Amino acid sequence: MYRSKVDGYVGTGLAMVGGVCTLLVLTIALFLLRESWSVVQGVGLRRFLTDSAWNPTEKRFGLAPMLLASVATAIGAIVIAAPLGIGSAIYSRFYAGRQAARIQRAIVTLMAGIPSVVFGLWGLVALVPLINKIMPPGTSLLAAMLVLALMILPTVALTADAALATVPMPLQQGAAALGLSREAMIAHVLVPAARSGIVAGILLSLGRALGETMAVLMVAGNVVQVPTSVFEPVRTLTANVALEMAYAVGDHRASLFVSGLALTLIVAALAVASWRLSEARSHG
Amino acid sequence: MLIDRRMFFIGAVALSTSTRAQTTDLTGRLVITGSSTVAPLVLEIGKAFEKRHPRVRIDVQTGGSSRGVADARSGLADIGMASRALFDNERDLFGTPIARDGICLVAHKTNAVSDLTDEQVKALFTGKAADWQEVGGKPGRVTIVNKAEGRSTLELFLQHYKLKNSDIKASVVIGDNAQGIKTIVGNPGAIGYVSIGSAEFEVSQGTAIKLVSSGGVVPSSAAVQAGTFPLSRPLTLVTKQAPTGLAAAFIAFARSSDMHPLVKEQFFVPLQS
Repeated sequence: MYRSKVDGYVGTGLAMVGGVCTLLVLTIALFLLRESWSVVQGVGLRRFLTDSAWNPTEKRFGLAPMLLASVATAIGAIVIAAPLGIGSAIYSRFYAGRQAARIQRAIVTLMAGIPSVVFGLWGLVALVPLINKIMPPGTSLLAAMLVLALMILPTVALTADAALATVPMPLQQGAAALGLSREAMIAHVLVPAARSGIVAGILLSLGRALGETMAVLMVAGNVVQVPTSVFEPVRTLTANVALEMAYAVGDHRASLFVSGLALTLIVAALAVASWRLSEARSHG
Repeated sequence: MLIDRRMFFIGAVALSTSTRAQTTDLTGRLVITGSSTVAPLVLEIGKAFEKRHPRVRIDVQTGGSSRGVADARSGLADIGMASRALFDNERDLFGTPIARDGICLVAHKTNAVSDLTDEQVKALFTGKAADWQEVGGKPGRVTIVNKAEGRSTLELFLQHYKLKNSDIKASVVIGDNAQGIKTIVGNPGAIGYVSIGSAEFEVSQGTAIKLVSSGGVVPSSAAVQAGTFPLSRPLTLVTKQAPTGLAAAFIAFARSSDMHPLVKEQFFVPLQS
């Protein structure tokens, strides 16, 4: 195959850019490992899961409640955001008029651009006092779930919308020719056809929810404990790093890098799952 | 355009003559290590000092008060930083306070309680008193707002009330003072503690909080300054001997009234001038 000189340059350039990105990610992972290594060796990984409490200055390193809190807030958020986001995508694609669909898409896109600290501030001054009236203290697992749900809603809605847009027209026409009602067509033909794309979007949002820091830090209450109800405060892994890193030294600091490492592994697993789903879609 | 360039030229000349006039004596590098409470303030003072003496480099590293004292003694650092006065067994060293740090209890403005004994504070923070009624307030659940581990305000609080962090039954754990105050504003049953400087600032801005006195002592920057407020401590620069040369110039600069705005910006209280 003939390749022009310019093509060659562009190819080499792009390969270098790609290489740099890969290298950066690897460097960050290695850095996390190096910084946490001293405590992994000295204290042992098991104690991070089995210690009864998190008091690094008193030599107790129990991360498990925070791992649980991170997963719980993210799953709670997705349970709230997924139906809303998918519903919004179905509405704008199949029910809304042209103008209404455009306005809705614009608003959802705008919502995706709101900085997380703004969501956090709104949560702290509006949502938390409201929950406090129902059940003190207000800063809680529930508040974190709700704020996160709002934050990832645009991602769910936009990826679901994009997935629905890729469903081949003949499927829709065939369904219509069979005399299916619009509801039956959406529920039994179009949404199932877009399923892998929608699920990939949900996993992507889940990754974002797990990684979110500021908004959660402001509304979750940050008490290290296994919650017995959604009204109890929790601390996520990200909030833990943000709260304590500035003043941590020695083993305390290294153990915060262990929190970071744990989180990175979870998010990486989600990314791989999301990627494999999209792969499956492009081959099917 | 011409005017712009000429003014720039005049400015540059003025700048170079003024700096030249002041750099005749001071050159070199100061290594300052220690308390992470004092470090942000010293970093800011260091920047101002470097601006005034461009041939001086100030190198600030954190690592806790004990490292500051140890480094000053071993000579690893020219100046150590400690968020406390020197202990009796450290009297061989030389400590100079540059500011004071004070914290106070803060509750929602509508809270009926305005004074708590030390015992009551302990009962509240360890969860033994879970309702405001138990300490003489209106009925309502108590929400304890605690600081995250490693913060100097937490350290000072625990030290004063002789508590361990694991004893405290917190409902909310916060990072900085502003977040704590916002949390208390949104929760009428909440009580926490923040730097006095930030609490006074918020009250002056009309924020719905109030300063709760502890054991009859009314918290104020003035009381911290006078050294009569119990929940306070000096921020100290430590040297091996009485400071000389560059270190002496820096410490004098840090204590000068020019630095008071920087001290207040970090929510510390300036020394009496």
